[in-house]
Amino acid sequence: MNRATFPHKYLPWLLIAPQLAISLVFFYWPALQALRQSLLREDAFGLKTQFVGLTNFARVLSDPAYVNSIKVTTLFSALTAGLSMGIALLLAVQAEKLVRGKGLYRVLMIWPYAVAPAIAGMLWLFMFNPSFGTLALPLRWMGVQWDPLLKGNQAMALVVAAASWKQISYNFLFFVAGLQAIPRSLIEAAAIDGAGPARRFWTIVFPLLAPTTFFLLVVNTVYALFDTFGIIHAVTGGGPGKSTETLVYKVYNDGFVNLILGDSAAQSVVLMVIVIALTAVQFRYVERRVHYG
Amino acid sequence: MARISLKDVRKSYGATEVIHGVSIDVDDGEFVVIVGPSGCGKSTLLRMVAGLEVITKGTISIDGRVVNDLEPRARDIAMVFQNYALYPHMSVRENMAYGLKISGMAKPEIAARVARAAKMLELAPYLDRKPRALSGGQRQRVAMGRALVRDPAAFLLDEPLSNLDAKLRVQMRLQIKQLQRSVGTTSLYVTHDQVEAMTLADRLIVMNAGRAEQIDTPMAIYERPASTFVAGFIGSPAMNLVPVTVAEGGVVLPGGTVLALPGLALPAVGSALRFGVRPEHLQAQSPDSGAPEAQASESGMPEAPALTLEVFAVETLGADAYAHCLFPGGSDHPDEGFVVRLPGNTAARQGDRIRVSLDLSALHLFDDTSGRRIGEAV
Ligand SMILES: Nc1ncnc2c1ncn2[C@@H]1O[C@H](COP(=O)(O)OP(=O)(O)O)[C@@H](O)[C@H]1O
Ligand SMILES: [Mg+2]
Repeated sequence: MNRATFPHKYLPWLLIAPQLAISLVFFYWPALQALRQSLLREDAFGLKTQFVGLTNFARVLSDPAYVNSIKVTTLFSALTAGLSMGIALLLAVQAEKLVRGKGLYRVLMIWPYAVAPAIAGMLWLFMFNPSFGTLALPLRWMGVQWDPLLKGNQAMALVVAAASWKQISYNFLFFVAGLQAIPRSLIEAAAIDGAGPARRFWTIVFPLLAPTTFFLLVVNTVYALFDTFGIIHAVTGGGPGKSTETLVYKVYNDGFVNLILGDSAAQSVVLMVIVIALTAVQFRYVERRVHYG
Repeated sequence: MARISLKDVRKSYGATEVIHGVSIDVDDGEFVVIVGPSGCGKSTLLRMVAGLEVITKGTISIDGRVVNDLEPRARDIAMVFQNYALYPHMSVRENMAYGLKISGMAKPEIAARVARAAKMLELAPYLDRKPRALSGGQRQRVAMGRALVRDPAAFLLDEPLSNLDAKLRVQMRLQIKQLQRSVGTTSLYVTHDQVEAMTLADRLIVMNAGRAEQIDTPMAIYERPASTFVAGFIGSPAMNLVPVTVAEGGVVLPGGTVLALPGLALPAVGSALRFGVRPEHLQAQSPDSGAPEAQASESGMPEAPALTLEVFAVETLGADAYAHCLFPGGSDHPDEGFVVRLPGNTAARQGDRIRVSLDLSALHLFDDTSGRRIGEAV
């Protein structure tokens, strides 16, 4: 094969330099720092640091609070990814059926994505504030003892709702695009073959959406793991009693609030490994079941 | 098996009407082809029969039952799409079995039907492949198979061959005809290809701009086209249709020559007509020589009217050659072009004058403004 050759030797490097610089400064450099930090121990006054090997890792992994955090994170991520993708898919399918006002509907659906996580969190916090929240009132009428500040499950529900709500827009966009890529004639052929709407969806549309769904699964998992910090911080601060303390939130809590730098660094290294492993598993096992056009 | 009947069917998209009242009766077991140029509404019509488009006005009934408000699945029809619409994530077997499975048929019966269809369509070796691993012709056959296994009351086919190359198209054309004969299922077939239409149809519906211009057997349409549109659309190469005006006992051709048409009932002198004759119904009289005109009608054949033409191009196809001619003294407007079929080894060249005679029985006259056929005597 003939490779296209370009006369410029330095131009390509110049062009990718900004991206490289950003990755170096904001990803590789902090990652290396975390790795270094995780092998050190600092005394209480920050005067001395000493090399301690894997001690930090051993302590972190045997800490019941850390195990709890893993459980919280798993639950939170699964619920957030599942809920936001499920609702987005439902809305996208409904949007496809619209004849009029499709454009407006889509624009309105995209807005929540433009809201910053912390603000989204505050919004939900206010709406569901036990004493003056607009939406807390109907809950109480329905007989729910609503108090997310005291009840762990309710706090979890609230952060999952806020995190999902924000991500629905993004998922919606991709599902709409994915649905549009499915030829109408396939659905029509299935209708003539005798399939009703539900059957058409599950046997034709859903399998053909698999590439989109898989992509969103990866993206949403990473979102739930990392990008929900702002929401948790604003809504529950990890509480009550660590019931919404995800791994990322615990890294922050231990490192920046409690200033246990070694532990926090070890946790972030573990988190990095978890995410890499999770993504690898998704690509290796889930993607096999994906049919690309 | 079933009869399909359309009564004054109309379709509008918003305020635009695209089907202006079409009535058709398709008999049990009949193979009816709808032919017309692209955009004339063939697909729309077929999709209304299938239940994929709402019927704006009129009624469609299948086997006497009005189906206007029935879902596609309640109509007991199978459709073959132009792009085949095979389910890409299913194997050939699953594609064919899909409809049967939904109908709740027992597994052994499904397997038997798929096997039978696969054998008929020579698809047996490919049953476990996905559609994307098949050639165009094979995909087309899978689409046929999917319709066939269901054993529906009627087949609807929307340009099923137009994505195939020319050779395969001829092959599949024959196969489809044989298949339909052997299963005897009522079929409605849409195409823009008049050769396909002529060869496949028991009965032909020529559509133009949302109307059925003529409904008849292919031969009847070829021999007695009802309008200039049908005349120009059916037959290859197209019928010559030149503008003439009626004179005493004949017509004035482009260029001013009067062609005597003895014994023909013509409209009033001065009326504008289209004078139609097919290239294959013309005989070159003075074989290919640039013979001086005028004498032929006296010395040569007595009755047959004859015209003199000037050749401006000859296309040789092998067995035949087509001489593209103009009328001496006429203009070179495309309407006045005149094609004559000659033997493949003709010596006629550009610039030659040829004299051709025509049979009165092969002559068609149309009103120039309405385009309708006139002179039922012909
Ligand atoms: N969904 C639609 N909305 C508006 N006009 C349409 C639609 N579908 C088809 N048409 C119009 O209807 C006419 C007939 O289309 P169609 O049945 O596809 O023609 P054909 O199959 O004969 O090529 C065309 O003029 C086309 O532009
Ligand atoms: Mg069409």
